[in-house]
Amino acid sequence: MANFYTDTPELKHHLNHPLMKRIVELKERNYRDKEEYDYAPVDFEDAMDSYDKVLEIVGELAGDTIAENAKQVDIDGPSVANGRVTYAPGTQVNLEACRKAGLMGMAMARRFGGLNFPVVPYIMAADIVSRADAGFENLWGLQDCAETIYEFGNEEQKMRLISEVCKGATMSMDLTEPDAGSDLQSVMLKAHQDADGTWRLNGVKRFITNGDSDIHLVLARSEEGTHDGRGLSMFLYDKRDGGVNVRRIENKMGIKGSPTCELVYKNAKAELCGERRLGLIKYVMALMNGARLGIAAQSVGLEQAAYVEALAYAKDRRQFAKAIIEFPAVYEILSNMKAKLEASRSLLYATARYVDIYKVFDDISKERTLTADERKEQRKYSKLADSFTPLSKAIGSEFANQAAYDAIQIHGGSGFMKDYACERIYRDSRITSIYEGTTQLQTVAAIRYVTTGSYLSSIKEFEATPTAPGLEGLKNRLKEMAVKYEKAVTKITDLKDQEMLDFTARRMVEMAAYIIMGHLLLQDATTDNELYVTTANVFVRYAETEVNKHYLFVDRLNKDDLAFYRK
Amino acid sequence: MSLKIVVLAKQVPDTRNVGKDAMKADGTINRAALPAIFNPEDLNALEQALRLKDTHPGSTITLLTMGPGRAAEIIREGLYRGADNGYLLTDRAFAGADTLATSYALATAIRKIKDFDLIIGGRQAIDGDTAQVGPQVAEKLGLPQITYAEEIKSCENGVITILRHVDGGVETVQGKLPLVITVNGSASPCRPRNAKYVQKYKHAKTVTEKQQGNLDYEELYSKHDYLNLQEWSVADVNGDLEQCGLSGSPTKVKAVQNIVFQAKESKTLTATDRDVEDLIIELLDNHTIG
Repeated sequence: MANFYTDTPELKHHLNHPLMKRIVELKERNYRDKEEYDYAPVDFEDAMDSYDKVLEIVGELAGDTIAENAKQVDIDGPSVANGRVTYAPGTQVNLEACRKAGLMGMAMARRFGGLNFPVVPYIMAADIVSRADAGFENLWGLQDCAETIYEFGNEEQKMRLISEVCKGATMSMDLTEPDAGSDLQSVMLKAHQDADGTWRLNGVKRFITNGDSDIHLVLARSEEGTHDGRGLSMFLYDKRDGGVNVRRIENKMGIKGSPTCELVYKNAKAELCGERRLGLIKYVMALMNGARLGIAAQSVGLEQAAYVEALAYAKDRRQFAKAIIEFPAVYEILSNMKAKLEASRSLLYATARYVDIYKVFDDISKERTLTADERKEQRKYSKLADSFTPLSKAIGSEFANQAAYDAIQIHGGSGFMKDYACERIYRDSRITSIYEGTTQLQTVAAIRYVTTGSYLSSIKEFEATPTAPGLEGLKNRLKEMAVKYEKAVTKITDLKDQEMLDFTARRMVEMAAYIIMGHLLLQDATTDNELYVTTANVFVRYAETEVNKHYLFVDRLNKDDLAFYRK
Repeated sequence: MSLKIVVLAKQVPDTRNVGKDAMKADGTINRAALPAIFNPEDLNALEQALRLKDTHPGSTITLLTMGPGRAAEIIREGLYRGADNGYLLTDRAFAGADTLATSYALATAIRKIKDFDLIIGGRQAIDGDTAQVGPQVAEKLGLPQITYAEEIKSCENGVITILRHVDGGVETVQGKLPLVITVNGSASPCRPRNAKYVQKYKHAKTVTEKQQGNLDYEELYSKHDYLNLQEWSVADVNGDLEQCGLSGSPTKVKAVQNIVFQAKESKTLTATDRDVEDLIIELLDNHTIG
């Protein structure tokens, strides 16, 4: 009888952020759907109440069903026979429950049968589901791929395929190949056209999450003789057409309930999605940004799971005649876990809000021309979303790994056994800093916002935003950190040396992230002091040591030092 | 073939998580200390009805519940899962009903609903554990009944096939519509609330609830009739006051005892086969296990 939404008040806090008013009014286009759909909201309060009520369903399903099944799903895993995947029994129960609850196609428009939810409540559902079972979140979260069909497919494809997703069809994004991982430009899967114009796919894909899904997005080389990203197009494959078989599923370390497939395409019939040659350079980039936000949510959910397990154990376990949570060495770990969890969660929802606004303007611009003010607003949030997304993914996933490590540490020897959930959380977390772009690649994406000053201007904006009385001390400490960050960045950019920049990039990106998260928590503590003041205090102290550590390193670093590191 | 299904459901105090303040000093239930929930086996019953609706398009599910005004929540919970409408039997005169008076009230309401093929309810409610109401409703309406249902296997050409729980196993039985079915707690759990239905029906209210205020969405009630939940009084169902509520209840509670289990003696057992065997025999003898 657990509800993973209502038992975590921070979620409702983020759902009720003041920017939601703007997001919802744009997303609902002044509540025009109310005449046509009996489940559409009539005003802002009604919409917010609906998100709250639907998240209650998600929380109940996550707490009572998905979390309950997680252990057995991890043991059973999926199986493959005759080219088809069978999910673990628990996974099948979870999926059916999500379908019955109408949680498929949550973010899609109502005309396709979706719920038309903004990114914020959708990502919140992903956060909640991940806490229950991160592996299952992958299957459920791949409904995100429908967004690509929505943005780039034609009207007929949207009507046909997105409607299927809203009814419960599962999806996959078939990008990676044996020789094309981080470097997707090397994709070889061949697409050619029959005499009648039908597209056919031939080749192999590897590491495809949920590779036996109902509807696939496939990146393939449509332009013969090309070797780079400009020869790749996006295709849609409907499993009912046949031609794609699962050759094997990987035996993974974690997220074991989610089948990771090697796929063989034999003259598989497919249809082009969008325009030729834009597959990688436009569509995958858009897809990846959505997927990265999804992984950030998955990471936060895992952090929450790790924290809940660790806290419960520390209260329960007695050594030397007292609960171990009473020992400073233990309560410090727990407090830092909680602070980092909420810091990355605040970053996640800030990012989600930015994504919401620019995406909805994208959508509105298909209906009418945006006004000059709207275009300005869109540019602002688009830039914020682009700069915050890699931060959110990188920090969230690294924190998830750290939280999982800490949870096991709190459990001591028991945590190393298979008896406690923390060992599954540890294994499940490990992938988050790898897939959908490693932390190192997130740094590559984020460093330009360090050098162009985007993060600094975000920080300056936060510094100028009023905070509640009593938080000035923390704010001043964040301001001091920003001075050091600025100094470090100036030092490196003045050198105009690419290797020095690449070498220090991670440290500068982290410094920016810590300062931004600190400010976000101050904002949270300003609206809800009771819920956030402790967290803000712990996190700012933690961030301060991290920022100083990085500052010291960058400050003392000389170009010659790199010789010690080069291999 | 589409079916018209009536689901009987009851709002009950959640007796599964009883704390020390669950009973008042006088032996009655302290309802304030226990959250009001959808009786668990009635949810199993609702799921069987929803599955029939899934396989028989065009079918309708009507929830029928009796209780105080706040029991309207039961109807909403049903609507959130796929039921089509519902009636709340509510009247001071219904209060204090035992199983006889309850089944009388439900039977009169079902006669008023009139057009139905199936009546499905949970085996029993967790506040009384009598398992009498379903069978009594069937008797009063002169309908056949199948109790302890695990699963409705099929319903074709007016014949329903049901897997039924019996001691030591299950049996498959058939019955002709219309009839009454009671469903076991071991049947499939009820599906979750559906996101669209929750958004559609969340403003649904009874007249009493509307009178209690918070009418932010007043214009919706004239626009969407499905948001107006029906309340029926004794008069609405042409009930005989003598047979309703306390006056229609031959059951008289003489006293309620608060039983507190106490460990009067402790026993030390060793980890030998002999001691374990003795313990098993003892527990079997006093019916703790077996």
